[in-house]
Amino acid sequence: MKLRENDHVVGYAFAAPFILGFLLFIVYPVFSSLYYSFTNYNLLEAPSWVGFDNYTKMFTDDEKYAKSISVTLNYVLASVPLRLAFALGVAMLLNKAIAGIGLYRSAYYLPSLIGGSVAVSILWSQVFGDKGLVNSALGLIGIESSTSWIGNPGTALWTLIALSVWQFGSSMLIFLAGLKNIPKDYYEAASVDGANKIRQFFKITLPLLSPIILFNLIMQTISAFMTFTPAYIISRGEGGPLDETLLYSLYLYKRAFTFYEMGYASAMAWVALIAIGLVTLLIFQSSRYWVHYESKGDR
Amino acid sequence: MAISRRQWKTVFYHLLVGLLALGMIYPILWLVASSLKPNDEIFTTAYSLIPSSLEWGNYASGWAGFAGNSFGTFFKNSFIIVSLSTIGAVCSSALVAYAFSRIPFFGRGFWFGCMMLTLMLPRDVTIIPQYIMFSELGWLQSFKPLIVPQFLGIPFFIFLIMQFIRTVPADLDEAAKIDGCSKYGIFFKVILPLIVPAMMTSAIFSFYWTWEDFIHPLLYLNQPELYPVSLALKLFLDGESLNNWGGMFAMSTLSLVPVFVIFFIFQKYIVDGISTSGLKG
Repeated sequence: MKLRENDHVVGYAFAAPFILGFLLFIVYPVFSSLYYSFTNYNLLEAPSWVGFDNYTKMFTDDEKYAKSISVTLNYVLASVPLRLAFALGVAMLLNKAIAGIGLYRSAYYLPSLIGGSVAVSILWSQVFGDKGLVNSALGLIGIESSTSWIGNPGTALWTLIALSVWQFGSSMLIFLAGLKNIPKDYYEAASVDGANKIRQFFKITLPLLSPIILFNLIMQTISAFMTFTPAYIISRGEGGPLDETLLYSLYLYKRAFTFYEMGYASAMAWVALIAIGLVTLLIFQSSRYWVHYESKGDR
Repeated sequence: MAISRRQWKTVFYHLLVGLLALGMIYPILWLVASSLKPNDEIFTTAYSLIPSSLEWGNYASGWAGFAGNSFGTFFKNSFIIVSLSTIGAVCSSALVAYAFSRIPFFGRGFWFGCMMLTLMLPRDVTIIPQYIMFSELGWLQSFKPLIVPQFLGIPFFIFLIMQFIRTVPADLDEAAKIDGCSKYGIFFKVILPLIVPAMMTSAIFSFYWTWEDFIHPLLYLNQPELYPVSLALKLFLDGESLNNWGGMFAMSTLSLVPVFVIFFIFQKYIVDGISTSGLKG
C-alpha cells in the first residue's frame, strides 16, 4: 500500500525536530522562567510564591545589581561601536584585488575565530597581567608599569572591551561581502561629478552598507549583552576587582549557580529579555532614519 | 631606478596593513612562544617571541593534567561531545530546512517566524529552566544535556541551509516528482546531494561552537573526568596548579590546534558561511 502524499504530514515530519525542540527547550523554559521569577526557589524545596519581591529587590536593594548594569552598559556601548568601526575600516582597506590579500584577510579574521575560547581568555589574562606582554612591551619603550591591567579597577573592564574589539573579523567579512556588491560605476560617476573620497564614503558606501550595518549592530549588541566566558575566566568567576567586570550574565550565573537563588536569577533573566527586546526594537525603529534600501529590489 | 609614486603607495599600503595584521596575530604568536619557554622565562622576557631554549617539557607537564585526569581524557571528552553534537545539528537542521523551504504545510510561516525569533533570544532566559529540567531528568554529570538538544535543529544552520536550498531550481523537484519520487525521495535523492556545501559550513561552525563552548559544560559537568578541554583549561587557574604557566600555555595552544587545522583546510566554506548569512565565527 502506498502512503498518500500529504504536504501537511510530510511537512510536519520534516519540521518535527525543530518544533519539538522549540516547545521543549524554548517555549517551556521561557514560561517556566517567568513563573520562577515570581518565586523563591533554591532547588531543594519547592518554589514559593513571592509576587514581585524579586523585581523590587533587584531595583531597590541590590547594589551589585546596579553595578552590574552599569558595567554591562559600559561594555556594550564601548565594544559594539568600536568593533563595528574597526570591522568597516579594515574591510575598506582590504577591499582590493591584489596579491596576498587573502593572507591579510585570514590574519584579521583569526582572532574572531578563536576569540570565544577559554584558551584566548586565559591568554588575555596573561597579556594584561602585571608581568604580561603589554607591560613588558611598554617597558621596552621606556614606560615602566608593573600594575596588572586586570587587577586595576580602572582598566579591568577595558581589557574585556579590547578583547571584544580584537574579534572584529567576522563582522569585517560580512562588510567585505557587502562592499564587493557595490557597483564600481557608482564611484566613477561620483568622482566625475567631483565628489572626493570622504564624500563618496558618506554618500555611497555608508548608505549602501547600512542594511548590513543594521544586521551587524543588532546581532553584536545581543551577543555583547550576553558575554560570559572572558569575564568569568579573567576575573576567576568573581567579576572583580571591585565588581568592575561583573557583566550581567556573570552576575546572573553567580546568583543562580553559586547561591542557588533560581527565582531571583530568573527575574534577572526576564529583565534582560525585556531590556534587550526594547533595545532591538529601538534599533529597528531608528533604522528608518539611517538605513537605506535600494528601491530596485534586484540584489 | 626611480620608484614611482604609485609604487610608494603600494609599499606604504603593505606596510600599514601588514603591521596591523601582525599586531592582530601577535597575541596568538605570543601564546605559542610562551608555551615553549622555560617557566621562569615566560614573564621575564614577555615581549620576546623567541624562547632561549625550546621547552617541550611544558607540553608533557600540561598533558599530565589534574588529579589523575590527563588531557587525553579531556580531548576524548571534547571529541565525543563535538562529533555527536555536530552530526545531530547538521542532520536535523537539513531536514527542517527542507520542510521550511519546499513543503507548503499548514503553519509553516508561523513556525518559521518562531525560528527567527529564537535566533535573537538571549541565552540567559532559558538557561535556568533548562538546568532544572535536565536535573529532574537525572541528566546532570552526563553529556546528554550538551548533545541531545543539538538533535532538534539549530536555527542558524536551518537558516543557512534554507538560503542554499533556495538556489536549487524547483524544476528539479518537479522532474523528480514526475519520475515518481515522493517528497521523502526528493529530499534524499535531489536536495541532499546539492546542499552538501551548506551542510559542510554548518558542520564547521557546529564544531567551533561546541569545541569552544564553556558555559554549558560548566553548568552540567562537575566531575573532572567528564570535562571537555575548554573546561579543563580553567583548572590551570585554580588553586595549587597556579604556577604551571608553561603547561597552561602549552595546553591552551594545543586546544586551538584543531580550530586552526579546520580553518586552513576549509577556509572557503567558513568565509562563504559568514559572508552569506552572517554566521558569527
